[in-house]
Amino acid sequence: MDSEKKKLLQINACKIRKGIIEGTYNAKSGHPGGSLSIAELMAYLYFEKMNIDPENPEDADRDRFVLSKGHCAPALYAALALRGYFPENELKSLRHIGSPLQGHPCINIKGVDMSSGSLGQGISAACGMALAGKIDNKTYKVYTVLGDGEIEEGQVWEAAMFAAHNKLDNLVAVVDNNGLQIDGKITEVCSPEPITDKFEAFGWHVITMDAHDFDDIERAFNEADTVKGMPVAIIQKSIKGKDVSFMENQVSWHGSAPNKEQYEQAMSELEEQLKKLEG
Amino acid sequence: MSDTVKIATRESYGNIITELAAENPDIIVLDADLAAATKTGIFKKAYPERFFDCGIAEANMMGVAAGLAACGKIPFASSFAMFAAGRAYEIVRNSIGYPGLNVKIGATHAGVSVGEDGATHQCCEDIALMRTIPGMTVINPADDIEAKAAVKAAIKLNGPVYMRFGRLATPVFNNNEDYKFEIGKGITLRDGGDITIIATGLMVWEALKASDELKKEGINAGVINIHTIKPLDKELICKAAEKTGMLVTVEEHSVIGGLGSAVAEAVTECRPVPVIKIGVNDEYGYSGPGAELLKKFGLCSENIVEKVKKALK
Repeated sequence: MDSEKKKLLQINACKIRKGIIEGTYNAKSGHPGGSLSIAELMAYLYFEKMNIDPENPEDADRDRFVLSKGHCAPALYAALALRGYFPENELKSLRHIGSPLQGHPCINIKGVDMSSGSLGQGISAACGMALAGKIDNKTYKVYTVLGDGEIEEGQVWEAAMFAAHNKLDNLVAVVDNNGLQIDGKITEVCSPEPITDKFEAFGWHVITMDAHDFDDIERAFNEADTVKGMPVAIIQKSIKGKDVSFMENQVSWHGSAPNKEQYEQAMSELEEQLKKLEG
Repeated sequence: MSDTVKIATRESYGNIITELAAENPDIIVLDADLAAATKTGIFKKAYPERFFDCGIAEANMMGVAAGLAACGKIPFASSFAMFAAGRAYEIVRNSIGYPGLNVKIGATHAGVSVGEDGATHQCCEDIALMRTIPGMTVINPADDIEAKAAVKAAIKLNGPVYMRFGRLATPVFNNNEDYKFEIGKGITLRDGGDITIIATGLMVWEALKASDELKKEGINAGVINIHTIKPLDKELICKAAEKTGMLVTVEEHSVIGGLGSAVAEAVTECRPVPVIKIGVNDEYGYSGPGAELLKKFGLCSENIVEKVKKALK
């Protein structure tokens, strides 16, 4: 990837992380861990990959995005705000009464294509959107992001079967493989492994990707674009809580918000990173 | 009455979606491996490119319908009531109801008249489940004419609609020029000053027969057809409560949460009167011929007559 482009994406990923911390701190609740693990992915999709326009958010030909792991809404909202769908200071209203920024994505929010949050359901809606594109001979793509714990839901595999059967090659499902879910390690709770083999067995083209390396992200999505006749699953190896030192790989940060002290530390770490990037 | 033509409302469903698809290219039909039974097979034959079999996976089917609707299609997600409203409840609630998507749910094989398949397939809880979902319209048509009119009206309404159809061939009686279907508007079929029978779905015919029987015995029982359980025609129901002072509800559904509950809820706010509920009394069905099961569960004119006479004593 071009170094200037990469730097811009890294800056945006860092800003998304700041938005996640800002939102969950002000909400005094929410899910920072899994939001932080998809920051690069959100930056890449919203600033590089997807054909979208904040001025025309309902364009019938736009690419669609469904956050199947809806509890990571802080990452989606931060990306949307940064991309210009709504003011960034709205992120502070996350989960507050009267705010459009619901705890989980809601279709009424500008830029949000589908309500989600009850795990396993977003991928089915994404299948429906991809199918509509096929019926209408449109060229848009549908992107959805699932948690690695989320794929324990049976509905995910119903959807996986459906997507392959209907040859939905306009559908890309990213599995955020950070290895942790609420009750612990995914391999210790009720293991969904081997994830790659499962999607392959269901008839998907599977690509693995380093979630925090834009060169690898670009490689993976470029490969996805070449696939014909089958849906694509990208298994992204990620670090839960990425780039906030005390949150990294800590399951306790799945669904709890930073207090004031933790907020200040997280923000100063991210500020420092941003300064370096903006150099 | 014995000469009355009989058609199952599931048949009406399959026929009307096929007919309307000619003019409306947005209509897409989904099924979950029951196309022969739900009668969406009629549509599949005419428009194979607009029919998608989701396999035995109702949860995903409802989600796919949501995604199609989010892209401007009018999906008809079809299965048995047990699976459409029961198994897929939470997907209907969160992926269709909450985002307010324009999905039409065609739920066939409702109630005990499913017959021989028995309790696991006899859904008597679907109205209760569906009417608690904010924004969901719930329609339970009484015959072929009404089932077709309901589907036509559902297409014109931009939002989620749950439509309930039966397996059993039942009398067609709304075939008159005055018949008019409007979502949320009950239909007064008989005027009567002594008591009002409020019925829905296949029970409307039984209510009419009961009213005729009662007339012979000098009892004037009004009959109201409530095809739309939600939004409920509270005005008409409260007027009936005012006029006759007592109501009898009849439904092929549990007495908990269905028409009877909805009517009782309505009259407690406007004109509290006794509401005698005829329905499935908090129990499971069992195997047997559908028509005979209806009688066993008291979902027949004879039982309505008996309950009315007892109530008026």
